[in-house]
Amino acid sequence: MEQAEIYTNVVRIISKHAKNEEALKTLSTDTHIINDLQVNSARLVDIVLDFEDTFDLEISDDDADKINTIGDAVKLVKDLLH
Amino acid sequence: MDRLRRVVVTGLGVVAPNARNCEEFVQSLRTMQSGLRFIDKLKELGFACQVGGIPPGMKEVAERLFSEDLRFAMNEYTSYAAIAALEAFADAGLKPVPADAERAMEDTGAIIGTGIGGLDTFSEKVFPNVAAHKIKRLGSTVVEQIMASGASARVGGLLGLGGEVTSNSSACNTGTEAIVLGTRSIQWGLSDRMVVGGAEGSDPHIWSGFDSMRVLNRAHNHDPEGASRPLSASAGGFIPGSGAGILILEELETALKRGVRIYAEIIGTAANSGGMRSGGSMTAPSPRGVQACIRNALMQAEISPDSIHYINGHLTATMADPMEIHNWSEALELGPDRFPLINSTKSMIGHALGAAGAIESVATLLQMTYGFVHGSRNCEDFHPEIKKFENCVPKQSSDTPISIAAKASFGFGDVNSCIIFRKWSQ
Repeated sequence: MEQAEIYTNVVRIISKHAKNEEALKTLSTDTHIINDLQVNSARLVDIVLDFEDTFDLEISDDDADKINTIGDAVKLVKDLLH
Repeated sequence: MDRLRRVVVTGLGVVAPNARNCEEFVQSLRTMQSGLRFIDKLKELGFACQVGGIPPGMKEVAERLFSEDLRFAMNEYTSYAAIAALEAFADAGLKPVPADAERAMEDTGAIIGTGIGGLDTFSEKVFPNVAAHKIKRLGSTVVEQIMASGASARVGGLLGLGGEVTSNSSACNTGTEAIVLGTRSIQWGLSDRMVVGGAEGSDPHIWSGFDSMRVLNRAHNHDPEGASRPLSASAGGFIPGSGAGILILEELETALKRGVRIYAEIIGTAANSGGMRSGGSMTAPSPRGVQACIRNALMQAEISPDSIHYINGHLTATMADPMEIHNWSEALELGPDRFPLINSTKSMIGHALGAAGAIESVATLLQMTYGFVHGSRNCEDFHPEIKKFENCVPKQSSDTPISIAAKASFGFGDVNSCIIFRKWSQ
């Protein structure tokens, strides 16, 4: 899967839970999922499950804990896929 | 405090099998529109009763009202509670506290109950994942959906309530009891405003135990709209329903100061149990308990029984219907010649279990407000045991002014509650 497709899917999954709609308009790999998008921190669990389903992979708790930004998520998914 | 503070109803919200809101509910009640349908899923699962009441089009309503993140964290019954609560809050001229506000609405609390609760979440997420040893797959939203206080917690957060926020549960008595409990909170000065009611989903797992008890009507799968037959000779059990009813209760002076519309004053409430003695059991009400409950509400209301114009009965279409009529008659000391009008809203929407009393209280207040009594469906073959009361049961809707109405609910556990509403006039 190409990086662009991974990025699009990661953004789609995270956006469902974003409370700051303004921040959705200026997304980048540096966008912080909790601080910028104001995603409820408990939802990170559901976002990781959604990644697993969408990309057909398994994400360990240790790897999940390292996801802070959109870029972190895209890189993790890319690494696990390849 | 010498006297209890006075409590009025200033807002109503409803989700029912024949209505998505109060405006539709008034119309459906007046035209006696049934919301009961044949449910393919019940047939597929091997239910003997394959008819049920499920509010139509609620997915679209939820999509209009709630963000994707919020919908992700709600199951059916909490969603119904949230939708009805938003309607009731707006109806009372109130606005949810902004999400970024420093303080919650500290003078307002909530008591919103459920009879069974989030079995859809349990059956779709908890059971299959735990059975497959995939605990992580439950995600973050299971607890808030299966905790017994799921509906009140959701509504409290949506509206920004800072008073006591909790849920009650007393089976089919839940919705009416929530109104009784909320009334007391205001009467005793513990809050100025309470968001009260009940909610129930339609997941087959909720209904399955009733089907196995053979208390659902299995004889009218071919005629869904004729399947809920309270007060009829051919009543063969209730039809399960679902939805939510929410009332905004308010201390009288607070409501008057806001200049908001007042539907009615709650002049009498009571809740009790028959203690499973004197004919009562886990599943059957003790006549003594029911009659005491009605009398207690009347005594608090300080009215004579014959000033009651209308009763919204519990009347589920089981063998308990004739006993209920006798209990009302005994408690009010009114025979068939002086007995008030009585109908069964369940004849149109089925029995919404923990939501029933709240939905039917909304029905009571809407009939009172718009000056009509709805017809009770499917009792053309009136039950012979209570034939003398047949004239008290309208089979068609009619314009009828109601000044004072009584509502009662009864539930498994031999528990009862009763409310007396008086139409508000300055």
